[in-house]
Amino acid sequence: MFRPKTRYVALPSPRAGVGEEIDRLICPKCDTSLEPARLTAALGVCYRCGYHFRLRAPERIAMLVESGSFREEDQGITATDVLGFTDSQPYVNRIEQSRATTGANEAVTWGEAMLGGHRVVLVVLDFAFMGGSMGAATGEKITNGIERAAQGRLPLLIISASGGARMQEGMLSLMQLAKTSAALGRLGAAGVPYISLLTDPTMGGVTASFASLGDVIMAEPGAMIGFAGARVIQQATYETLPDGFQTAEFLLAHGMIDLVVPRPELPAALRQVLDLYAPTGTAPDLQLQRQVKTVAPAPAVTR
Amino acid sequence: MSDNGSVAAATWEQVELARHPDRPYALDYIHAIFTNFLELHGDRVFGDDQAIIGGPASFDSRTIMVIAQQKGRTTAERAMRNFGMANPEGYRKALRLVRQAERFEFPIVAFVDTSGAFPGAGAEERGIAWAIAENLVALSAARIPILTLVIGEGGSGGALGIGVGDRLLMMEHSIYSVAMPEACASILWRDIAKKVEAADALKLTAADLKRLGLADEIIPEPPGGAQNDYGLAADAAAAALRRHLKSLEAIDTDQLVEERYQRYRKIGATP
Repeated sequence: MFRPKTRYVALPSPRAGVGEEIDRLICPKCDTSLEPARLTAALGVCYRCGYHFRLRAPERIAMLVESGSFREEDQGITATDVLGFTDSQPYVNRIEQSRATTGANEAVTWGEAMLGGHRVVLVVLDFAFMGGSMGAATGEKITNGIERAAQGRLPLLIISASGGARMQEGMLSLMQLAKTSAALGRLGAAGVPYISLLTDPTMGGVTASFASLGDVIMAEPGAMIGFAGARVIQQATYETLPDGFQTAEFLLAHGMIDLVVPRPELPAALRQVLDLYAPTGTAPDLQLQRQVKTVAPAPAVTR
Repeated sequence: MSDNGSVAAATWEQVELARHPDRPYALDYIHAIFTNFLELHGDRVFGDDQAIIGGPASFDSRTIMVIAQQKGRTTAERAMRNFGMANPEGYRKALRLVRQAERFEFPIVAFVDTSGAFPGAGAEERGIAWAIAENLVALSAARIPILTLVIGEGGSGGALGIGVGDRLLMMEHSIYSVAMPEACASILWRDIAKKVEAADALKLTAADLKRLGLADEIIPEPPGGAQNDYGLAADAAAAALRRHLKSLEAIDTDQLVEERYQRYRKIGATP
């Protein structure tokens, strides 16, 4: 029997095929067979158990920003194979596959948008593009976004979903940790707020750089967040890991994040933070936008 | 193919030299190069991590702040040092020393030698990633000169957590990598036996980093490696540290910090 076990909801690319062919989705957590239309209406949250499916960057953006307000930047920046890296297959092939699957040039999409009545810089990582890994081009786009936020004094929202550094780019990848963190240091010194939203999964070098540096850190329920993977820890230490290890709830209990926010409540939570932290004068049309944004969030997928 | 194989084998030799058990560790360099080293202890939050050590020391006529990753030589010391793999406390102790160095205007000399931050449940519970990220911010903005010297293994974010600075110097047979070859092989090849191929593909030798424009200088080691003559290795390191420190101290502080920002900003920048 064909039982697709995808953690994603509604893959949008026709070339990927998956989203088109299946008419039922199986929840990886409660094993319920889900109707895609209902799941989509529920913003990709299992209507039985609350499991949060992973979202692609375009879906995430559509769900959060005011309709038509997202202006994407750096769309043309794409990964390059500086090291000539080949593992089981050449890195250039992996890049091409990810581009074909996602329709994007990199694992991150950024631009300015209106969100909760505020003009913000929005940076969204996409786990479907090489596991959301951070290569040089990824780090460049993220840093461009951070610097735009600093220059324009616009609040910054980064939504993370990443396995960490991109090994195929070696040290050029690792140095993006320093680059993005240095830029966030300047943003913080300038008094521009940064909200970090951690989604499933956020691991490795991304957690050890920009993802954990938010003035306010939120996470979606059940998201796996950490530095070393559970398997690596078990191999290294033979430790028995506690239940719920490295989940958003675990991190909240250990004082590492501020809030666990279910997906349907994200627009309201983000707006509350923006209202509290956004420097005055950053949103001249604040009042007008407030009136607009009193409706429920847009559906996860707009086709 | 045999050509690629021999190149890979040569790279693997570098990895083994960087990990040589008789190789000088941070304290060997510290005692050879500096005087009056006063080791400070503890992060003032949770504990004292022996995998990262540090404190002020005299170098020529000035005080500098040492921050270093320290591996153990004997079995007991290896256990005490946790094989040079730091927990969050180590990074938070380092942060405390960075803040202190800024306050007293001590230049920082950081010795990198770790296979990575410690992958443990406690490290995760106490926010290892948070500790490293805080250090990246603090080091990138610190208003004092910072020299980073990789003496053995530079392993991933765990190395970078004390490794952001104005100059990156590497001992001739040291390595610095986004992931250790074994980890990379097990993730990308799904076969740890492919560590030799992974090491070659990662471009992790001192010469590779120099070629990529990431390392500023390679410090020559005695024939066969630093383990053969600690004195010669330390002398070469001291000369390079002295020279780079002198040039950094001549730079106005605002410019120094701006140049450090641009140093990282341009890595991977689109033309």
